[in-house]
Amino acid sequence: MDHTKARERESQCIQEQPPACMSACPVHVDARAMIDYIRKGDFSAGFAVFNRTISFPGIIGRICDHPCQPVCKRIEAGSAIRINALERACVEYGRGTQEKRLYITKKDKKVAIVGAGLSGLTAAFDLVSKGYGVEIFEAGHLLGGRIREFDVQQLPQLIIDGDLAALEEREVVIHRSVSVTNCGGGGASFDEIVAGFDAVYVGPGPHAVDHLDLNLALTPSGRIKIEPITYGTSNPKVFAGGGHRYHPGDYSPITSLLDGRLSAVSIDRFLQGASLTAQREQEGPFVTTLYTNTRGIELLQDVPMSIKAQGYSREEAMNEAVRCLHCQCLECVKVCEYLAHYGSYPKRYVREIYNNDSIIMGAHLANRMVNSCSLCGLCKEVCPVNLNMADVCLDARQSMVKKGKMPPSTHDFALHDMQFSLSDAFYLARHEPGFSASSALFYPGCQLSGSSPHHVASIYAYLRRIIKGGVGLILGCCGAPAAWAGQEELFHRAIQTTAEDWQRMDNPRIITACSSCYRIFKDNLPDLPVESLWTVLDKAELPRLQAVMKPQTMAIHDPCTTRHDEDIQQSIRRIVAKLGVPLNELDHHSDLTTCCGYGGLMSFANPEVADKVVNRRIRESEADYLAYCAMCRDNFAARGKRVLHVLDLLFGAGSEDPAGQKGPGYSRRHENRAKLKADLLRELWGEKTVQGGLGMKLIISSEVSELLERRMILEEDLQKVVSHAEMTGEKIKDPTTGHFIARHRPVSVTYWVEYSCGASGFIIHNAYSHRMEVVGDGP
Amino acid sequence: MSEEKNSPPEQALICTKCNVQMKQGKAKASYLGSEFPIELLKCPVCGIVYVPESLATGKMLQVEQALEDK
Repeated sequence: MDHTKARERESQCIQEQPPACMSACPVHVDARAMIDYIRKGDFSAGFAVFNRTISFPGIIGRICDHPCQPVCKRIEAGSAIRINALERACVEYGRGTQEKRLYITKKDKKVAIVGAGLSGLTAAFDLVSKGYGVEIFEAGHLLGGRIREFDVQQLPQLIIDGDLAALEEREVVIHRSVSVTNCGGGGASFDEIVAGFDAVYVGPGPHAVDHLDLNLALTPSGRIKIEPITYGTSNPKVFAGGGHRYHPGDYSPITSLLDGRLSAVSIDRFLQGASLTAQREQEGPFVTTLYTNTRGIELLQDVPMSIKAQGYSREEAMNEAVRCLHCQCLECVKVCEYLAHYGSYPKRYVREIYNNDSIIMGAHLANRMVNSCSLCGLCKEVCPVNLNMADVCLDARQSMVKKGKMPPSTHDFALHDMQFSLSDAFYLARHEPGFSASSALFYPGCQLSGSSPHHVASIYAYLRRIIKGGVGLILGCCGAPAAWAGQEELFHRAIQTTAEDWQRMDNPRIITACSSCYRIFKDNLPDLPVESLWTVLDKAELPRLQAVMKPQTMAIHDPCTTRHDEDIQQSIRRIVAKLGVPLNELDHHSDLTTCCGYGGLMSFANPEVADKVVNRRIRESEADYLAYCAMCRDNFAARGKRVLHVLDLLFGAGSEDPAGQKGPGYSRRHENRAKLKADLLRELWGEKTVQGGLGMKLIISSEVSELLERRMILEEDLQKVVSHAEMTGEKIKDPTTGHFIARHRPVSVTYWVEYSCGASGFIIHNAYSHRMEVVGDGP
Repeated sequence: MSEEKNSPPEQALICTKCNVQMKQGKAKASYLGSEFPIELLKCPVCGIVYVPESLATGKMLQVEQALEDK
């Protein structure tokens, strides 16, 4: 993953975008954080958040025109959070007597503020806080401008004076009752102020100033011409803003505060010789891209105030805060156990994965995370901006493989399984017996062949009956495990095997029973006309008119690889309807279906996460599940979920309670595949094959069997160890148990087996393995 | 891992080939280009070593994984 790509993907994730309230607020008060504290009853912390942005919290807490509230997402489930009332509550209950004061290094430059409305006061506060000397010139005898026009009940004088005392505490010099014009008279001269200070902010209020003769360019309506982003005027030293920019009827205290703040930013930059325009895109109100899903959220109206004039009581404020949705996206994290497992969200994950990929020295801490994704793509489906973690993880895996940094143990077992299916033990490509050409090819896939070989034989017989012109057969593996493991070369070789045999057999259409094979072929062999067994069955006469067994209503599970194959999903539903089996839909189905825990080889990389994925899926419904992928079926069954394969309904299952039947383990899957090939060769082509293997009888209890499964040790591995020990005599005896302990390292794994000799074979007591090579270093 | 002492299970094991009791001895464990000295039960005659289950599935697995993530 290159840096640009990583950056692009990272920036796609909207989780860290501000909530609607914060982005609509001209000065971006973090209302979400403030309300989180109120909910916990921590009004001082809430006040600190409010005060971080708002210099005059007492005033704004009472008169803010709160543009945050009309955009509050709570409106979709009740009414807007009364953010302004909560701000006031923070001031009432959280404002300490000792406000934190930062020590400020004084600068030697001076700024004059002409007009002490909210914008001028804010500019004064911000500039004095940055260390500038600040003097305010106000025509009236009171500071505050239009804030004095509010009803005293809403905004008592005491509150105003309390807030504004901060200016004098910071040594702002205030000149009251001084009109500033260039017209002479009793006031001060504007030009002299401009000459005497390093910069000037003018906040003249809502009216025209053409009569003041300020020597600044004016608009046709007699107002100061103000630059939109910088608040600059025709004189580079002079900045202006506040209510002067707006119609007198549009007074917005919070916008005045914004103007003062942004003008102060410009003045600071001007005095430091920095660019006035660079990086100011994030200033002022904007529409956030954060998505917050309000579906299913309980409808709640705002908490009333018992005494309106006093605002919220502590308790009322806390109750109101509880209604806050704490807006965030996390749509993908909510539906994916893998994304939830690592406790964060894609923006962070992309960064971690990129860093993991680019470090040269040190531990690759995100390796397991990269390898734990099922690559199912549900995140992309639910993401408001379609970010796909599968792409991120797969790219990273491919890169790890290329750099030789893929942990060998992660996918070794699955890749060996794939190699087995591509080896002579299973691989087969033939025309139908008696035919020298094929009008179609049946490709059952390795997992169905390993899980229920009798179904493969039944389907093949059925297809030969309904399709004229010869139905060939390819037993093999499409290469999905290599694709998922990021092993591009291995994958290419695997898929080429199929492609070459298909060409050799004169390019017939391929009918596959596995949706992973279907996807792999569709995505990678565009010339290969692949069709799903399910769409074929849907169009043909079914092998039977009624299901073999008559189950109750079942819940259908779509394999994640069919996510975008609506035709297959629809075919399955029609087939099952024809068979007379009633179906329920799971919460997540069709394009929103979830993985069974096998996809992306997640169960090999991270069994813990795979368990979470499967367990969540099987709990979606009490009903028995109906799957149409062998891996999905077996993964659910392994966790005790009652589940049938659609093939059980069509061709029978060969057991009494197939829904309760667990699938075969790894060893049995190998055996099933090998036996399927041998059986088909014998029964259809009349060829006898010599069964491979060492012909050794092992006796394995179910307990040991389960252990072998967990440790991913195959019976053929055990046979190799025992056979090696018996042939070479290299074994250890434990006198307490009388058991032998032997080891063998066929390639890259050392297998240890504890066994004894029984009457009818070798009894296996235990087995384990390690990848480290251990040598005795001489006797 | 080098300091790890892997004591035999209760009673000494016997190398069947040489018919002698196995004793603690020096061995080398290596993986992905890293090598560690290790003390293991070993046949004093033929040098065959014994890796107990607890070591293989415990410390050794941890070291393997740490090396794989290097």
